[in-house]
Amino acid sequence: MSEQTLESGTNKSGGNSEALLVVDNVTLRFGGVVALDEVAFEIRKGEILGLIGPNGAGKTTCFNVMTGVYTPTSGDIRFDGTKVSGIKPHKINALGIARTFQNIRLFPEMTAMENVMVGADARHKTSVVGALFRLYRVRAKEHELPENPLARSFAKVFGVSRHTLEERAGRKKSMEMLRFVGIADRAHELARNLPYGYQRRLEIARALATEPKLLCLDEPAAGFNPAEKADLMNLIRRIRDSGLTVLLIEHDMKLVMGVTDRLVVLEFGQKIAEGLPAEVARNPKVIAAYLGEPDDAAQA
Amino acid sequence: MDFNALIDNLGGHTLDGLTRGSIYALVALGYTMVYGVLRLINFAHSEVFMVGTWTVLGVYTVLGVGAGTGMGMVIVATLLAFVAAAVVSASVALAVERIAYRPLRKKNAPPLIFLITAIGCSLVLVEVFGHVLKVFFGPPFGRAPVNVPSPIQTATLMTIGDVRITNTQVFIILGAVLMMFALDQFVNRSRLGRGVRAVAQDPDTAALMGVNQDRVIMLVFILGGAMAGVAALLFTLQFDITKFDIGFIIGIKAFTAAVLGGIGNLRGALVGGLLLGIVEVYASAVFSSNWADVTAFIVLVLVLMFRPTGLLGESLGKARA
Amino acid sequence: MSDNKAPVAEPADEGRKAGFLGLPSLGLADRFSSLPLWAKLPIVLLVVSFAFYLPNLTILPFAYIRTDLTSGGSDWGGVLFLVVIYMIVAIGLNVVIGLAGLLDLGYIGFYALGAYSVAIFGSPSSPVTQKIAERFDLGEGWAVPFVACIPIALGIALAAGVTLGAPTLRLRGDYLAIVTMGFGEIIRILSRNVGSVTNGSAGIIGVPSPPEPSENYFSSIESAHWYWLALVVLILLIFLTRRLENSRVGRGWLAIREDEDAAAVMGVNAFKFKLWAFAIGASLGAIAGLLFASKQAYVEPTGFALNLSFLFVAMVVIGGSGNMVGAMLGAFLITYLPERFREFQDWRPFAFGVAMVMVMVLRPQGLVPSRRRAREFADRKHEAEEAAADV
Repeated sequence: MSEQTLESGTNKSGGNSEALLVVDNVTLRFGGVVALDEVAFEIRKGEILGLIGPNGAGKTTCFNVMTGVYTPTSGDIRFDGTKVSGIKPHKINALGIARTFQNIRLFPEMTAMENVMVGADARHKTSVVGALFRLYRVRAKEHELPENPLARSFAKVFGVSRHTLEERAGRKKSMEMLRFVGIADRAHELARNLPYGYQRRLEIARALATEPKLLCLDEPAAGFNPAEKADLMNLIRRIRDSGLTVLLIEHDMKLVMGVTDRLVVLEFGQKIAEGLPAEVARNPKVIAAYLGEPDDAAQA
Repeated sequence: MDFNALIDNLGGHTLDGLTRGSIYALVALGYTMVYGVLRLINFAHSEVFMVGTWTVLGVYTVLGVGAGTGMGMVIVATLLAFVAAAVVSASVALAVERIAYRPLRKKNAPPLIFLITAIGCSLVLVEVFGHVLKVFFGPPFGRAPVNVPSPIQTATLMTIGDVRITNTQVFIILGAVLMMFALDQFVNRSRLGRGVRAVAQDPDTAALMGVNQDRVIMLVFILGGAMAGVAALLFTLQFDITKFDIGFIIGIKAFTAAVLGGIGNLRGALVGGLLLGIVEVYASAVFSSNWADVTAFIVLVLVLMFRPTGLLGESLGKARA
Repeated sequence: MSDNKAPVAEPADEGRKAGFLGLPSLGLADRFSSLPLWAKLPIVLLVVSFAFYLPNLTILPFAYIRTDLTSGGSDWGGVLFLVVIYMIVAIGLNVVIGLAGLLDLGYIGFYALGAYSVAIFGSPSSPVTQKIAERFDLGEGWAVPFVACIPIALGIALAAGVTLGAPTLRLRGDYLAIVTMGFGEIIRILSRNVGSVTNGSAGIIGVPSPPEPSENYFSSIESAHWYWLALVVLILLIFLTRRLENSRVGRGWLAIREDEDAAAVMGVNAFKFKLWAFAIGASLGAIAGLLFASKQAYVEPTGFALNLSFLFVAMVVIGGSGNMVGAMLGAFLITYLPERFREFQDWRPFAFGVAMVMVMVLRPQGLVPSRRRAREFADRKHEAEEAAADV
């Protein structure tokens, strides 16, 4: 992935980088239930933003609205200036938002490699006609020509089809992603046979293969032991360092405090706090949300 | 297109439609209940109906009733045929469930497999009556249509305006409505009925609450089958005929009726059936009878394309339509 | 071209591999795929040559597979032709059902559209060509040449596929099955009722044959020639479908089957892919119907009844859906066996029904399942057993 040095826009302190995604007063109602109530915040380019809150606060719902699974009742989501509320999920992915799922939704009967390739396919253009007739051909570079001498001569004259190039590029990119997240050793195993940690990372690899600008991780550390969590934190940082922006939902406070640049806290569908991790951690409303109000009797 | 043919006899056609529709509605109940509880389209249900008609024929033949039979005997024969058809049809429905669907359910097979199996069962039943039984017992089994002499003579009961109302029509429509009312009450009021609704809504939770899913499913097949059996009797009253493959077209129409009313919705089956019957008869009058059958399909396709939940919406799970 | 690399052999599945009919797996498919090109090619050529040789097979005991051994037996070439036609159907339907996972019970509709297209436009005795000939003063016996009928048939089938698919592909699986079934029946009934276009129940005679290399090459009695033509078409279609399977499109279909919502979030336009599957299925069905009508030289509505649609689906599912070889095997069994045992004609539908139920209940993944499918079924069964144990 492209190395992008972040200079004045560095976000370690929540500085003045431009907004990548804006959640603009989003309200979501399911019948009588108000799942999100005028939630407004923004995600800035190049930062790692944490979305936290007690269970049932609406974090995953907010996620789903941002990634097109739900359409907000009122309010907008704007990504890179474009309004995305109400757009179909695959188009949202095309705009540059990718996500993982809380309960891991891999393609179980496909290998790890194949799973990631589906992600890589998102940026490719070969469709049915192209796959069938391979008519769209391009001049191939020396190293891209096939080994077999007969095929080589053919390719020198007629070029290589876009299908072939995209397949090769897809495989290459998929292996890269698998290596990046650290599971390349089991690339050709079925997704459902992989150990839990590998599966979680496979989901991330698959999402990364779609070449997003914003990566949304929904509880990526659920079920991890401390060592795995530390690895994950490193991975998230590496993802950010390679030029992406990350939105993270997590319950583990240590992880959240350790890796995020800013936090947004939700409770009962409303935003109750936003800011630097250290500040948010001291915010009495946040503490109350997680621990509850101290008992009057106990206080007295 | 001949609208006059329709308008001139609107009452008669409507009555015709309601009569046919009642039969469709009763058969539709079987489809709708099984779908509501199992999410399965029970293709074999049409053959459950067919077997019912043969049962009726059997009863009449054994009792020796025909055109000239006395009133007392007619009542006995009809009652007997009613019970026999309901019982036999219910048994066939249950047999199909046990032999074909249950093993698949235990394996959690995907829906396509259920469909193919249902089609296979349907084919087996059709062939049993169309060929196998003929090999062992000779006629009336076989491919040719068979006359089912109904002991009840069709007679005009009354005439409103210039619309003739016959006894068979009244019998059929009332009979169907009564049976459906009974079923509706059962599903909404009885303990077993609650079990049915619970499984339709959420099988896992129902199981946790102590509802025996297998029993409920058996019950649903029995009830649906019985309704089809009654429909078979009513059918023979009106049409005096049966055939080894008569189930197919009735089945398709009944299924269309179920979908039209809202599959999984008992009251929807009634509404759907009656409506379909009327639309069909009207279409026959305005266009030609060639177009009667295709009406059902066109209605089916249109409903599924534009209002898949049907007129009254899906809801075996809910108490009200 | 070395575009298609041999797939990496998958690790053994802890003994869950079951082979043909439950016998221990010989791993033939794996071993074949991992052979280098220079080894695969002769094997393929051998199989193909044998296929072409079949009509002339007279060496006993192999010749016992022929259907024309008894006086009442069917024309062997004709049976072979029908087998290939149905194999084309099976491949097309496999794309819809097996690859994209859509339940289509009305495939006969596309088959009928293909057949009727070539009849309506290609036969000089069809009501439509006669009207056009009159209108434009083209003389008696004018009709659209056979070769031009092909794109017409494909176009009509594609249009029908898209028209049917666009509003209905969003429906739940079983609803889709019913709508497609309705579509199939509507096509048949329309062909019976709209006499001004289709000649109604009388049907249309004089359906043209393909351009002939020599006089009467494609006459009705030369069924071996028809068989060879169909075989060429089949091979071409197999090649094309394979290409599709091993491409971005094939992966997309698999992803949609596995988890449509997750696929959408990963950028897969599910609706577009499903519609394509439907369109491709429609085209193949039309091609099969076109060839069939052409050989028979005659079309009429009763040949396109719904039962045939169920037969088609059964073919694919019993053979092993998701898998071209399985689908073709299903087509072969369903066409060949009844012809071979023609003496038992009246028992055939019954036997077929029993076979259907038995295969589905005992071996739902089909006779030659794709490995993925076999695993899917084993997984589902496992899930069900666990769920039963919990409650």
